[in-house]
Amino acid sequence: MAEFLSLKDAVSRYISNGDTVCMEGFTHLIPFAAGHEIIRQEKRDLTLIRMTPDLVYDQMIGAGCAKKLIFSWGGNPGVGSLHRLRDAVEKGWPNKLEILEHSHAAMACAYEAGAAGLPLAVLRGYVGSDLPKVNDQIKFIECPFTGERLAAVPSVRPDVAVIHAQRADRKGNVLIEGIIGIQKEVVLAAKRSIVTVEEVVDDLGASVNACVLPSWAVTAIAEAPKGASPSYALGYYDRDNAFYKEWDGIARDRDTFQNWLKDNVFEKGAA
Amino acid sequence: MSLEFTASEMMSVTAARALTSDMTCFVGIGLPSEAANLARLTHAPDVTLIYESGTLQTKPDVLPLSIGDGELCESALTTVGVPEMFRYWLQGGHISVGFLGTAQIDRYANLNTTLIGDYREPKVRLPGGGGAPEIATNAKEVFITVKHSKRTFVKDVDFVTTVGFGRDGKARDNVPNIGRGPTVVITDLCILKPDPDTKELVVTSLHPNVTREDVIDATGWEIRFADHLDTTQEPSAKELDILRDLKARTNAHHSGQQ
Repeated sequence: MAEFLSLKDAVSRYISNGDTVCMEGFTHLIPFAAGHEIIRQEKRDLTLIRMTPDLVYDQMIGAGCAKKLIFSWGGNPGVGSLHRLRDAVEKGWPNKLEILEHSHAAMACAYEAGAAGLPLAVLRGYVGSDLPKVNDQIKFIECPFTGERLAAVPSVRPDVAVIHAQRADRKGNVLIEGIIGIQKEVVLAAKRSIVTVEEVVDDLGASVNACVLPSWAVTAIAEAPKGASPSYALGYYDRDNAFYKEWDGIARDRDTFQNWLKDNVFEKGAA
Repeated sequence: MSLEFTASEMMSVTAARALTSDMTCFVGIGLPSEAANLARLTHAPDVTLIYESGTLQTKPDVLPLSIGDGELCESALTTVGVPEMFRYWLQGGHISVGFLGTAQIDRYANLNTTLIGDYREPKVRLPGGGGAPEIATNAKEVFITVKHSKRTFVKDVDFVTTVGFGRDGKARDNVPNIGRGPTVVITDLCILKPDPDTKELVVTSLHPNVTREDVIDATGWEIRFADHLDTTQEPSAKELDILRDLKARTNAHHSGQQ
């Protein structure tokens, strides 16, 4: 059964230096509050996996939490570059960052295979792309039935999955609504999971086919209102598009970034 | 009477016209999204728009800043998970057109959104592949829209993130279960299409007031022009009005003034 913890305790207990951590949420329900807690606790040498690194990983990479990033699209959506990610890749600041990149289709399949307990995912992908030349985790196999050449990638089976969801009930069952991304897959693929929620309620109010994670499939739940901001939580608050645009200026410069981190992360405790 | 319009508007309107109501279009963010929604709001009201965040048949009132804005989900027929999106709907063969943008494109319509320079020592690191590598091969055909410049239109891309026709124009030959690939490239200067035999991009239509020299100057290889070169039809007043309204609504929305 999922255990209700403070965000601080959940991060401290279940994320260790050197862990492979997937913080998911495909442009929606991005677990920013949890990311900030990881930064405050100065976790180091993490292998971070995420399809769309977004601002949350830009912040964590700039804060020095990561040694490796596995991803498929690393930008500030509709705005431009992730400057902290680029600074780490291009200049090794604040530390060298190893990267391994995929396509979205391959990563989505890799999460699904992880949830299914398989060692690999198979897809009709990467045809003609140079990505397999720079990522040794992309191989090609022959279908034993048709002979078709297909791409294969290892499944994602992280130490820890971190996601944000709209709500949990008091037993710890979790409801995710709207763009559900790969949240269910990542939780089922991981050894441990932390789910932050907008609120804890008596009744989830879930429809019969809703995306629900049963309490016994989740390790820890922490209440974190506005825990996905500046991304959004459908039914609770909108995406702060203005902040996404502002981030470009904040992240471009190392000093501006560090001041932002000090004022907005280090000097603010977990909710 | 001739209307006033910018080169960007010319590009968006021309790109929008490539879509029809019977198409199911997997839409990239940015210029493709602008063009696809303009098509939906003008001549192709029934075009099915799909974004990789899982939103099927979506009808946003403002253009999304990210691929997963709430607007896309709330105006969609339904929203599925990302693995389902790529496996069932794209790989499963339900997408007629993939509509993509790019940072670099070469003469064989290969796209680079990964980096400029060498992979281990990049001059400029770009976001990466995202959905494009599989959209380009699993959709039945691909439309590309991108601004025309020498930096963007290069002889050979630094990195093939997403295949057009490969380094030699033959990457799709004898590959089973693969789409036709890029069938049209729409820029702010012209329309290009692959040569049926060599697959090299050829200019088939110049936008109004654009000369051959303009295109030659903005292209990083010796660009060829079709024997029969068309002039692209100007945007209509209605197309321009709807495009400008859409952009004004979008700008107001994303700067927080709704």
